[in-house]
Amino acid sequence: MIRLVRRDRASRKLAVAAPLLALAAAILSNLILFVAMGKDPAAVFYALLLEPFMTWSGFSEVLLKTGPLLLIAQGLAIGFRAKVFNIGAEGQFILGAIFASAIPVYFPQATGGWIWPAMLIMGAIGGALWAVVPAFWRVRLNANEILVTLMMSLIAVQLLNYLLLGPWKDPMGFNFPQSVMFQYDAMIPILLPGTRVNVSLLLAFVAALLAWIYMQRSFGGYQFLVGGLAPNAATYAGFSQSRAIWLSLLIGGFAAGLAGAAEVAGPIGQLQRSISTGYGYAAIIVAYLGGLHPVGIVASSLLMAALYIGGDNAMVSADLPVAAVRVFQGSLLVCYLAAITFVRFRLVRTKGAPA
Amino acid sequence: MPAPLLSLRNMTKTYGQTVANSAIDLDVAAGSIHAILGENGAGKSTLMKLIYGVERPDEGEVLWNGAPVHLTSPAEARRLGIGMVFQHFSLFETLTVVENISLIVPGSKADLATRIRALGQDFGLVVDPFAHVHALSVGERQRVEIIRCLLTEPRLLILDEPTSVLPPQAVGLLFDTLRRLRDGGVSILFISHKLDEIRALCDRATILRGGRVTGDVDPRDHDSHDLARMMIGRDMPAPLHLAPMPQGDLRLELSGLNHAPDDPFGMGLAGVTLRLHAGEILGIAGISGNGQAELSRLISGETVLPAARRDEIRMMDKAIGHLGPAERRALGFAFVPEERLGRGAVPDMSLADNSLLTAHPLGLLKRGLIDRQAEAKFTAGCIADFDVRTSGPEAEAGSLSGGNLQKFIMGREISLNPRLLFVAQPTWGVDIGAATAIRHRLVQMRNEGVAVLVISEELEELFEICDRIQVLHKGALSPSLDPRSEGPEEIGRWMIGAAGVAA
Repeated sequence: MIRLVRRDRASRKLAVAAPLLALAAAILSNLILFVAMGKDPAAVFYALLLEPFMTWSGFSEVLLKTGPLLLIAQGLAIGFRAKVFNIGAEGQFILGAIFASAIPVYFPQATGGWIWPAMLIMGAIGGALWAVVPAFWRVRLNANEILVTLMMSLIAVQLLNYLLLGPWKDPMGFNFPQSVMFQYDAMIPILLPGTRVNVSLLLAFVAALLAWIYMQRSFGGYQFLVGGLAPNAATYAGFSQSRAIWLSLLIGGFAAGLAGAAEVAGPIGQLQRSISTGYGYAAIIVAYLGGLHPVGIVASSLLMAALYIGGDNAMVSADLPVAAVRVFQGSLLVCYLAAITFVRFRLVRTKGAPA
Repeated sequence: MPAPLLSLRNMTKTYGQTVANSAIDLDVAAGSIHAILGENGAGKSTLMKLIYGVERPDEGEVLWNGAPVHLTSPAEARRLGIGMVFQHFSLFETLTVVENISLIVPGSKADLATRIRALGQDFGLVVDPFAHVHALSVGERQRVEIIRCLLTEPRLLILDEPTSVLPPQAVGLLFDTLRRLRDGGVSILFISHKLDEIRALCDRATILRGGRVTGDVDPRDHDSHDLARMMIGRDMPAPLHLAPMPQGDLRLELSGLNHAPDDPFGMGLAGVTLRLHAGEILGIAGISGNGQAELSRLISGETVLPAARRDEIRMMDKAIGHLGPAERRALGFAFVPEERLGRGAVPDMSLADNSLLTAHPLGLLKRGLIDRQAEAKFTAGCIADFDVRTSGPEAEAGSLSGGNLQKFIMGREISLNPRLLFVAQPTWGVDIGAATAIRHRLVQMRNEGVAVLVISEELEELFEICDRIQVLHKGALSPSLDPRSEGPEEIGRWMIGAAGVAA
C-alpha cells in the first residue's frame, strides 16, 4: 500500500520541479487525447509549443499576450496568497478597458502625450472600483468573494454590451457594436519596432518586481501570507483581516484594470466586444502555475501566452478545435495541483495489506 | 500461578523515524488495576491503541488468557472483552444517555435503562438514563462512557487519563467505582502521569519512558520520588519558593466583564472581576470549557469590546477594551495562547518567520522591509535561550513537537520584555524537564516585576507558582484565593461550583 506522508518541511527542489512535471504530464495526457481525435500529435505539439518561439514575429505576439497575463496574475497572486479568491479579474479587466476608453470616446480630437498615461490611470481606477463591491460585502457581511467577483464579471460584460450598442457606438461604424477608432495619441508607444509589443509590457515587468518586493520582503506582504496560512495566527498577532481583504481585491482590480486599459490603448485601438479573450480567467491558471510566486509567474505567463499563440497556430495548421486549447490549459492546471501535493508530502510504501 | 489476562511480548511500533514503542513487555493480572505511567510522548497512547486494535504492531505478540491473538480492529478487541474509555468523549450531546448507549449496545430502551440503573447501583455510577447528554457534567459524561463499556461485559477496561477532566472531588468517586469493578472481576488498565493517583489506586504499575519500559513495580512500595525518577529518568524538580514581593502597580484590571459568545456552544462570561499587579502571578484555575477560551480572547484583544464598554478591561491603567491585539501589545502586553499551531504560530512558516509574528517591533523591520539577518539572529537567540530542539531557524513550526514549539513561543513572547505576560496552559504536552524550566522562567519574570497571568487546568502547577488563584466556573470567576492557606479541596469546591452556593 502507498500512503502520503507529510514532509518535515516543504521541498524547495520540488516546488521548482512541480510546474515542469505538470507540463510534462499535461503534454502526455493531451497527446493521448489528440491521437484519439485522429490528429497528428507531432504536428499539434510543434504548432502548440514550438512554433510560437521559432520566429521573431511569432515570439513578439507571445510577448504581446504576456503583458496582460503577467499583470493580472501578479495582482491576483497577492490576494490568493492571503486566501482572498478574486475570480472576477475578467470583469475588472473590462471595466479598466471601459474607463480608459472614456477619454478617446468623449475627446476624440484631443492630442498630447498625456492621453495614453491618463487612460492607463483611468483603467486602473476602473478595475479597482469594480473590486470595491465584493470587498465591501465580504468585509461587511462576510459574503463570499468568489461568487461576488464572478457575478460582477457577468455584469461587466452586459455593461460593455450596453455601451457598445448604445451611447458609445461609433456613429460612422456601420452599426457594428464598437467604439470609434482611437486617435494616435491615445495609443501606447511601441516598445519593439516592427512588432505590436508596446510599453505596457515594461509596466508588467515593473509590476512583477514590485510584487516580488512586496510579497517576499515587506512586512505588509508577510501579514498577507499569515492571514492566508493561519487566520487565527493573524488575529492573534493583531493583523487586520479586513485590511487584507480590501488590499487583496483592490490590488487585483487595479492590476486587471490596468491590463484592460493597455489592451484597448494597445493592440486593439478601440473598445469592442472581444477585448478580452479570457485573460482574467487564464491569469488564475497563470498565478497558480507560477506557484503564486512573482518570479514563477513571469515564467508561467510566458508559457500561457505561448499556448494562446500556439493554439491559434494549431487551429490553422493542425486543424485543432478551439476547445482543445482550453482543455490543454485546464489539464495543465489539474496536473499542477496534483504535482504540488508532493512539495509538502511524499509517498511511502507501507508494509502489509491495507487494514 | 494462572496465566495473566493480557500479556504483551516485545511489542514494537514505529511511525516514520519515531520509535513510539520499543520491545514492550506487559502482564495484566486478572482482577487488578494496572497503571501505565509515563510522561507525554512516552508511548502510552500508542500502546493502548495496539491493545485496542486501533493500530497494529510492527513486531511482538499479544496473549489473551495465555493464548496468542491477532488484534486487527477495535471490534475484535471488544469481542475478546476489551473495552476502552477515551480521554475525549464520543457522545452525541443532543441525544439522551440511553439513546447514546443504544447506538452501540443492542436491546430495547426500557431494558437498557433498567440495566443502566442496575450498573449504577452496583458500581456507584449513578446517572439518569433519560437525561440529555448536553445537560450532564463532565464527570457524569465519563460515567456514561464507562457504563457503555461495561454493558458489553468487558474483562479488561482501558481508561486513558480519566482524571484529567475531573475536579478533585469527582476523582474520589471514580476511584471507588474502579475498585468495585476490580472486585467484580474486571481488570483495569489505568493510564496516567499523576503519581499520587497511581499510588492511591493501582496494584501494579508499568512505567514507560521514551517508548521503553523503565519499571514494573507495585506502586504502593515506592514513593512518588522513586516513581518520578523512573518516569523522567532523574529527580523531580524542587518546588519553587516564592519570595514575597511588595505590591506593584496595577497592570490588568477586569471589572464586571460580561460577554455573550457568538459561538452557540461557547461559554458566556458573567461579571468577571480581577486585578493583577506587577510582581505577582495570578492563576486562573478551572476545567476547560468554563469560559477560559472566551476570557483569553477578551484579554488578548482577539475579541474586541464596543467602545462604550472599553472601561471593563484596563491594562497599564488605560481603558483598552475597544483596542485590538496589536495596540494592546504596544502597551507591553504579551500572550502565549493555548493553541500553538495555527494561533501562536503559523505551521507552514519557518521559525524565523514566526518570530516576526509578534516580535517585529524588536528591530526586525527596516523601513517596512523584513531584515532577514535580524530575524535569523533573534530566532537563533530564542532557540538557544529556551532550549528549543530543532534543526534551526529555517525549520517549519509545524515540524516541531508540541513541547518544543511551546518553548519557542514562550521564548518569543518573553523576549518582548512584556510588562504584562499572559500564558494559557503553559505546560500542556510539555515534558517535565521543559515544564519545570517554563515555570522557573515565569517565576523569574514575576521576580523581575512583570505581572503574570496563567490559565491552567493543572492545579499542581498553579499551586507551585501562583501568588493567588481564582477559579473560573461556568463563566463566573471566584474571589481571589491564597494557595498558601487554602488547600486543593477548597479550590476544587469552586471548580465544581459548590463553594459559591455555600458562601
